[in-house]
Amino acid sequence: MKKYSGFSLFKHSLKHHEDWQKAWRSPRPKKSYDVIIVGGGGHGLATAYYLAKEHGITNIAVVEKGYLGGGNTARNTTIVRSNYLWDEASKLYDHALDLWYGLSQDLNYNVMFSSRGVMNLGHNLQDMRDIERRVNANRLNGIDAAVLNTQEVKEIVPIINDSQDIRYPVLGASWQKTGGVARHDAVAWGFARGADQLGVDLIQQCEVTDIVVEQGAVTGVQTNQGFIGAKKVACVTAGNSGVVAAMAGIRLPLESHPLQALVSEPIKPIIDTVVMSNAVHAYVSQSDKGDLVIGAGIDSYNGYGQRGSFHVVEHTLSAICELFPMFSRVRMNRAWGGVVDTCPDACPIISKTRVDGLYFNCGWGTGGFKATPGSGHVFAHTVAHDEPHPLAKPFTIDRFNTGHLIDEHGAAGVAH
Amino acid sequence: MLHIYCPYCEEMREEEEFSYSGEAHIARPLDPESLTDAEWGDYVFFRTNPRGLHHEMWNHAVGCRRYFNVTRNTHTYEIYETYKMGEQPTVTGGKS
Repeated sequence: MKKYSGFSLFKHSLKHHEDWQKAWRSPRPKKSYDVIIVGGGGHGLATAYYLAKEHGITNIAVVEKGYLGGGNTARNTTIVRSNYLWDEASKLYDHALDLWYGLSQDLNYNVMFSSRGVMNLGHNLQDMRDIERRVNANRLNGIDAAVLNTQEVKEIVPIINDSQDIRYPVLGASWQKTGGVARHDAVAWGFARGADQLGVDLIQQCEVTDIVVEQGAVTGVQTNQGFIGAKKVACVTAGNSGVVAAMAGIRLPLESHPLQALVSEPIKPIIDTVVMSNAVHAYVSQSDKGDLVIGAGIDSYNGYGQRGSFHVVEHTLSAICELFPMFSRVRMNRAWGGVVDTCPDACPIISKTRVDGLYFNCGWGTGGFKATPGSGHVFAHTVAHDEPHPLAKPFTIDRFNTGHLIDEHGAAGVAH
Repeated sequence: MLHIYCPYCEEMREEEEFSYSGEAHIARPLDPESLTDAEWGDYVFFRTNPRGLHHEMWNHAVGCRRYFNVTRNTHTYEIYETYKMGEQPTVTGGKS
């Protein structure tokens, strides 16, 4: 595989860019693999990449029922931050943030990570107390964080409505300057290309229909392209995790909900950071193309339909229009939904299961994108060593039976 | 936007009048003291979360404020039936 560089760009421009090599192969599945990863989204591809790169396991297949990065990887609002309240969660997300810096160089693929800062607004005194508490906790964990007052928010985002006479006035915010956004497709494609280069087979249009378990150990997966044997099966199937787990006779503490997002028509650069508000369920940033990327809250009901109810979008936009009155006449171009697997404590499950050789990485809920490299990194360790990575240890499935929950619901500005 | 028939009000109303309360027919353990941690965790947190037929509870929050059950397809969002608390579903997709 040839390296991407300024020189290769120049060379190919002489050939009118008609001769670029394929970014990855499209192989037929082999009879068996050491590890099969179910789900070719960002987290699954990152897992494959780090398994091959750091643990020397290259006899891997990633099986994906649709196309690579076509699920939640393609549907999120691409926000990256690590300012979580509890030690366990903040360390995991900060590990991911460390990997975001330098990821483009590591993958030789521009993931367009832009550390433009992330702001979580507070609208009442309790919000501000929670923000103070979270920022202090972040600082103790070595995470960049600051508390802003209304004037400081206004300096960073001049277009925000700082009137104190509105229903949800901006009293201040938490501010993580090192957070930002990345290009969602590029993340999946970069990891895919990196994994393929190391010998991983990426098999698309291959839907797993059953997980074959014999005598308490996994032996492979049944797919629409036939049986594929495997010593280990790692499931990274986000919203469909419950369905995949049921194939192996396992129940998960997950509920799948539709989560919606939308983008506006492209406009001139107007907002150069990420503004989130959990109290009113709205977050906004501006993509490089110029469209406003807006995220809503989840629909309350269980749903696998990759679409939600209109009133959820309506609530979000009314909040956006109150915070940014100048956006009231911007037209929305597209809206879509993804299926998020929410956990009771709003933290992921990165875990072995009671079936030998079967692993799950799921439950990222509404905020998995930010963790993509870190999630893959710690999950690869868990799969390779059959022992949880130290950072993943608190995130076992057992915590729902032992009671050691990591309650990030609301605590860490998780949109819910 | 779902349109939901409230079996108590006997009217078709819009989703915004209702609030969702999760999977239905989960019986509270009769003797919680005797449960193991594993059993208690299963009762509190673990759900079937099916892709397809789902029996779930809704509350008519700005109507009669009563809970009732709905049989709904979680993939197509089609609602097959709504029925009062204490009643059993008639649409079960072959499962009881």
